[in-house]
Amino acid sequence: MSVLVWIEQTEGGAVPSCWELAGKGRELADALGVSLDAVVMGAETAQTAAAAQSYGFDKVYAITDPVLADYRLTAYAVGLQKAVEASGASVVLASATIGGREVTAYVACQLDAGLAPDAVDLRIEDGKLVATRAVYSNNILTDVIFNSDIQVASARPRSFPIPEPGAAGGEVIALDLGLGEDDIPEKVIDVKVSDSGEVSLTDASIIVSGGRGVAADPVKGFELVTALADVLGAAVGASRAAVDADYIPYKHQVGQTGKTVKPDLYIAAGISGAIQHLAGMGGSKIIVAINKDPDAPIFERANYGIVGDLFEVLPALTDAFKERLS
Amino acid sequence: MKIVVLIKQTPDTAELPNISAEEAQSGDIRATMVINPWDEYAAEEAIDLCDRFDGDAIAITMGTPDSTDALKHALAMGVGDAMLVDSSGLGEMDLSVAAEALAAAIKEEGNVDLVLTGKQSVDGNSSALFAGIACKLGYPLLSNVSKVVDIADGVITVERIVDGGQETVTAPLPAVVSVGKEINDPRYPSFMGIRKANRKKIPTISVADLGVSASPKVQWTNIRKPEARHTEVVIIEGETVQEKAAKLADALLAEKVI
Repeated sequence: MSVLVWIEQTEGGAVPSCWELAGKGRELADALGVSLDAVVMGAETAQTAAAAQSYGFDKVYAITDPVLADYRLTAYAVGLQKAVEASGASVVLASATIGGREVTAYVACQLDAGLAPDAVDLRIEDGKLVATRAVYSNNILTDVIFNSDIQVASARPRSFPIPEPGAAGGEVIALDLGLGEDDIPEKVIDVKVSDSGEVSLTDASIIVSGGRGVAADPVKGFELVTALADVLGAAVGASRAAVDADYIPYKHQVGQTGKTVKPDLYIAAGISGAIQHLAGMGGSKIIVAINKDPDAPIFERANYGIVGDLFEVLPALTDAFKERLS
Repeated sequence: MKIVVLIKQTPDTAELPNISAEEAQSGDIRATMVINPWDEYAAEEAIDLCDRFDGDAIAITMGTPDSTDALKHALAMGVGDAMLVDSSGLGEMDLSVAAEALAAAIKEEGNVDLVLTGKQSVDGNSSALFAGIACKLGYPLLSNVSKVVDIADGVITVERIVDGGQETVTAPLPAVVSVGKEINDPRYPSFMGIRKANRKKIPTISVADLGVSASPKVQWTNIRKPEARHTEVVIIEGETVQEKAAKLADALLAEKVI
């Protein structure tokens, strides 16, 4: 028996949010009295498998195959299933990335197992996994309990702290994928990395977002948002109003119909604070509001506020941080 | 080419914040029920693909007999046909039950080349059903698709958005495709479209007729509203904007969030 975690790989190695499940996974494995195992899949796995050892996994299953060079559901689902069998997993976890969410859903269906997607908390009660989920677009919380022997969950990034890596422990065990290229119907014919160097919203510990307040000069406005984000190593977010007005692409949208984020610091510039936006960022540790309108609802949720024009406040704040962080 | 577009009827997003724990528990939601906004993109794409590649589309919803408004919306947009899979009497629904029932309905439809879905529902938020259906049908899945480049010789070519970039992928038909918001701008139903949709008869098939026997593998329990965030905002005052910015920067550094 084990708790098994898929450590997903991207261009630059492991997806950072997967390491949250080294810490939380250990808690669950200890509560169940079973081992904590990891599976790493890709054309290359050595580096990520070694990293997994340092995060304290008891066994690291490495599935290394050229057909795993690009992510393809068919191949990755087979790989995860092989690891579930080899490890004898009763709890299967992944980070709730695009790939993590669909691989867990597919494998849960194949194993006739229950699934808790995008969980915000995980624990063991009476020897079974209990997952907390935010549903109705973050307006309702529910606990998910399982009727199946194998219990599958994906965890929303930034739900758990990442533990400190230590000395390499557990062993790396190679597994065969057992698939040839002809067994995989999806063929990737082109890959464009569009966001290299950009901090992803869901992983970010700091987010600077712009809203309708940039309307006077949207291009300049988001330049100022991005300049502050760059100084802070932050991701750039936006309200739905800004996305709908085509000031910035949809992938930056935070809120009920965009991304749900949970940074340590969320700076909302020129965002009024519609309830739909708050549903996506209300879990942020510290919220800062910059708005011309002292009655904007965002101030009711914020820890700090500056009443003022973002076109003046943002450059001043960027300078203030440049001075202090250099 | 035959396209199935899966549609869910969900609460109006503007009313989601008002949904109570009791309503979520009973499933008896008082909010205005509409077509799941993400499914409008799938419906629009179904209409567009029928024009581009000479196809017929049918919208399928699973739900109680009063779940036809979402189907009527899809018909009014221009989807050719609709069918309701009546799930009354099925009891608790989870991914495995929903995937099995809808996969059975798609099989019953016969000769389906393409199954289109939205990226998630605004109520369940699972983003899992398209994967479950692909699994149950044994079709390849292309998720988060931002553009259907071509369909030719039984192969679909799409662009899809992945974490950190975009890729072009092909898969043989039949296939499941889930679409993202980037793919199109869903049309508003025309007056004529709405009249036509209202006159259209929507056939119903029950899950019992489909022989669905799956039992749910998960249950929701302890359903509750998230705790409201209570904060007392500190408004940073100062003579100049530079002074305010400096004070805020110092406060945030003291909070140790930078």
